[in-house]
Formats: sequence, structure tokens, C-alpha cells
Amino acid sequence: MTGLITEFLPALRDPAHPVPAGLHDGAGRPAGRRFNVYRNNVLVSLIEALETGFPAIRSLLGAQNFRNIARGYATENPPEGPLMIRYGQHFPDWVAAIVALAHIPYLPDVARLELALRASYHAADHTALTAEDLSAVSQDDVERTPLALAPSVHLMRSAWPVVEIRRFALDPSTAKPKGGAQEVAVIRPDFDPVAHALPAGGFAFMAALRDGQPLGQAADTATDAAPQFDLGEVLAFLLSHRALTKGTPRQ
Amino acid sequence: MFDTHQTPLPALPGVGYKPQHYTALVDDPTPVGWLEIHAENYMGAGGRPIAQLRELSKRFPVSVHGVGLSIGGEARLDPDHLDRLRTLCNWLNPYSFSEHLAWSTHDSAFFNDLLPLPYTNATLARVCAHIDEVQTCLGRRMLLENPSSYLAFSDSTWDEPDFLREITRRTGCGLLLDVNNVFVSATNLGFSPRGYIDAFPLEAVGEIHLGGHDDDTDDQGAPLLIDSHGREVADPVWALLDHTLALAGPRPVLVEWDTDVPDWFVLRDEAARAADALAAIPDAQEMSVNRDSARLAR
Repeated sequence: MTGLITEFLPALRDPAHPVPAGLHDGAGRPAGRRFNVYRNNVLVSLIEALETGFPAIRSLLGAQNFRNIARGYATENPPEGPLMIRYGQHFPDWVAAIVALAHIPYLPDVARLELALRASYHAADHTALTAEDLSAVSQDDVERTPLALAPSVHLMRSAWPVVEIRRFALDPSTAKPKGGAQEVAVIRPDFDPVAHALPAGGFAFMAALRDGQPLGQAADTATDAAPQFDLGEVLAFLLSHRALTKGTPRQ
Repeated sequence: MFDTHQTPLPALPGVGYKPQHYTALVDDPTPVGWLEIHAENYMGAGGRPIAQLRELSKRFPVSVHGVGLSIGGEARLDPDHLDRLRTLCNWLNPYSFSEHLAWSTHDSAFFNDLLPLPYTNATLARVCAHIDEVQTCLGRRMLLENPSSYLAFSDSTWDEPDFLREITRRTGCGLLLDVNNVFVSATNLGFSPRGYIDAFPLEAVGEIHLGGHDDDTDDQGAPLLIDSHGREVADPVWALLDHTLALAGPRPVLVEWDTDVPDWFVLRDEAARAADALAAIPDAQEMSVNRDSARLAR
């Protein structure tokens, strides 16, 4: 008996592994390179999924370099389930561990940003909180108003200007990236997520909301983190990009 | 155990839906009869994919085609994946759900391909148990698709058409007959594609698939066709469709084009060729077919 798991699978995963003996062509001859169709289908489809999921990394590395790196990742990291829309969760760490890429230190963060954009794209829809909703709250209650981030909002910190690096990688006709560390929010107003570099204290404020702090407390947290935090500016930004929803009051 | 009185897909041409075709498709005054989606692409929590699917389902009959359930796998079916399929089928209420006679998963590693099975009594029992589980979980009859084969197992004791017939007999499931897969397998394994169709349990066929294949060769220099879904349907596959429809009568016919996806109008022209094939079914044969499967939906 040709075991699917004991024989077929090891040969599928390792091209150096012999093709199982119980497989043949229509005339009873050993399957030989026919088995490679399955090896190729698996590997090529995973590489293509990574090309689709990490277009900025592909642009930064070049198509051939990217394929080589993606092949290594796909060989060692088959998907953990049949949802290919989630494939590549460990790719940033994989890229970070490649010594030959150490001279491009921002690559892992650009890959993390691309993962965040994809997760946002598929995240749950939300009913956005509007400025009118907020102005309807009495002045006395504003401080205690629970707000929540939309489920499609993702936050990340980087030592690099990742938003601009990604933009430039996808469109070299735009301005060259400048500057240093960034705090980033991926926000999806309707269907298309956009990565934004946040103003001072914006990250701390949003992280506090995500942790369940009401508006007043989150603003204090943000001011502690960055004295120049401007609540009005950040709130207007979040409302206009439909990043907030109604939160649930704390018990 | 499950509802066998669902509205069937219309016996018209459909296409595999690609998001890049959304605008052209909804603006087309003469689009196709129905659409098929790959289940796994619509298992996110929300966003554009779900919104577009919800909108399309108001305009077209939609069929859900799974590619990741691993029905032939030696392990139990992934309960999380079954849950996701049930969730999708519950809100979308598709006209059809289909999966493959293949395996793809082991130990939570997913091999993104449709891997082949030996046709033995042990495989038969396992596949039937898994189909029972799917049909019970979804509360609906499913269709099972014949694979494209590049090699055969020495262990096999069943022919593929007989194997599929026995699965339908034991489980009550229907079949999805991919005539391109038949042509690819017949070429690769040296059997007659018409002989395969003649032996196939056509009465169980709820849907027909067509797709393009690529040409390669094996170690002996013999032709080895690859089921790539990346080009037009080949002429001998159209001829095999005609042969199939003449025997089976009108059925829903789907054109799949999944890689190097062309403009909408190229795909629609392929579907129009399928419409010609459906219109050309000899009348005498049409008289004898199962009218239920030909009935237009809604």
C-alpha cells in the first residue's frame, strides 16, 4: 500500500526524497517526473500567494530574489489551514532572519505593514462613529465616553518611515522616503485600508482606546506619552477616516 | 438528513467569478447565467469580498466551490473549516456546494493543491464518511468533482467512474463532472475520454466544469497535460462537452479561468461557446433527460 502520509507526503515536501514506488503512469511504468507536477503545483501556488500578499517586499528585493526567498519560506512553512487569505503570517520574521538581507533592515517592518493591510482588508465591517454622535454626548459625559477602534484598525511601531518606504516601493515616481521612526495606523474607512503615520501621542491614544480606556483617560495616557498630544487634531483625524465605533461602557 | 429539494443551478453557462471582473460583470447587459466562487476566498470577517459577494448573489445564482476541505484525507475533517463552510452557506444560501475527490491537509499543514487518492475500499469508506459529515453539517446535498490525474496508484481496485458511482449510491451526493479533467486524465493515463464519459453516472451530474490546460511531457516524452486553468478551453475538450451533453442533456456548464485571468469579455466569450454547445444538444436526446436538472431556476 502506498501510504498518503507515510510515503506521498514526505516525497511531496522534499524533492530529494524518492517518488513512492506504488505510483505509475498509464502503462505501469514508474511515475517519475509526473510526481513533480504535484510538487510544482504546491510550491508555485504558495510562492504566488506570497507575491500577491507582499508586493512591496517583492519590489524592494526584485522579482527573482523574492521568488528565491519565498520558495524557502513556502518549503519550511506550509499554510496552517486552507485559508490562503491568511498565508504568510511568519514571513516578516523569516525575512528578518536572513543574514544576506541585514543591509535592508526595514524589510521586516514593511512586511508587517503589508500583513496588517491584508488583515484589515478582510476584517469585520463596522458602523463608524461620527462627529455628530460625539457632539450629542453632553460635556459632562464626554470624558467617560467609551470609544472603540474599528475591527479593521491595526497599529504598529517602526524604527523606519515604513509608510513612505512602502509607498515608494510600489510607486518609485513618488518622493523618496525620509525621516526616522514612525507610529502607524492602518485604517479602513469602507473597503480600502490605508496606512497613516500618526502624530505625536496618536499611537498611545489609540492603543489606550483599544485597551478599553474611556476618552478622557485615553487622552491622559496619550499626553503622558507625548506632551504635545493634541486631542482635537487626533479625534478629527480618526472621525474623518471612520476609525472609531461606539465602545461598551466598563462595568 | 439533508434537503434534496434545493433550487438547482440553471442549465446555462456560468463562469468562475474573479474580483477584477466585478465592474465589467455588473455593467454587462448580457452577462452569464450564474457564478461560482471559491469558498475559501470568502471566509474573512467582512470587507469588499463579502460585500461584493452579497451584491452578486442578488443578481446571479451563485455556486460555492470548496478547494480546501480535504475530503479524501486520512485524518478527520477540520471542524473549524466545516464551521466556516456552514457559516458561508447559511448566509449566502448558494444554489450548489461542491468539493473535490482529493486530499490536501495533514496535521494542520495545508498543501495548496488537489492531491490524488488510491481507489480502494478503504478510501471509499473514508470519502463516504466524510461526505456524510459534510452533508449533515451543511444540511444540503453536495456535488463531488472528478480529479485531473498525472499518475495512478498500483493499489487502486476501482475505475474512477465506478468509484464515483458507488460514492453517490452510498451517500446520495451528486457529481460535478469536469470534462477538462477527464480529457487531461485520459491523455495522461492513456484511456479513452469518451469511454470514461460513457461509463460515468451521468444521472448524478449536477454541474459540468470546463477549463484550459497546458502541454508538457513525461520522462518518456509522452504528452503530460497540466490542469492549469490559465487559458482557453481546448478544442478536443469542447468536443468532449458536446459528447457529454448529447448523453446527459442540458446541465449547468461552468468555465474556469484562475491564472493569467483575461479581460471579462474573453471569459464571457468562452461562456458563450458553452451556450452554443447547450443550444446544439440533439432534440431526441433532450427528450430523455431528467427535466429537473434542466429546469431554470426561479
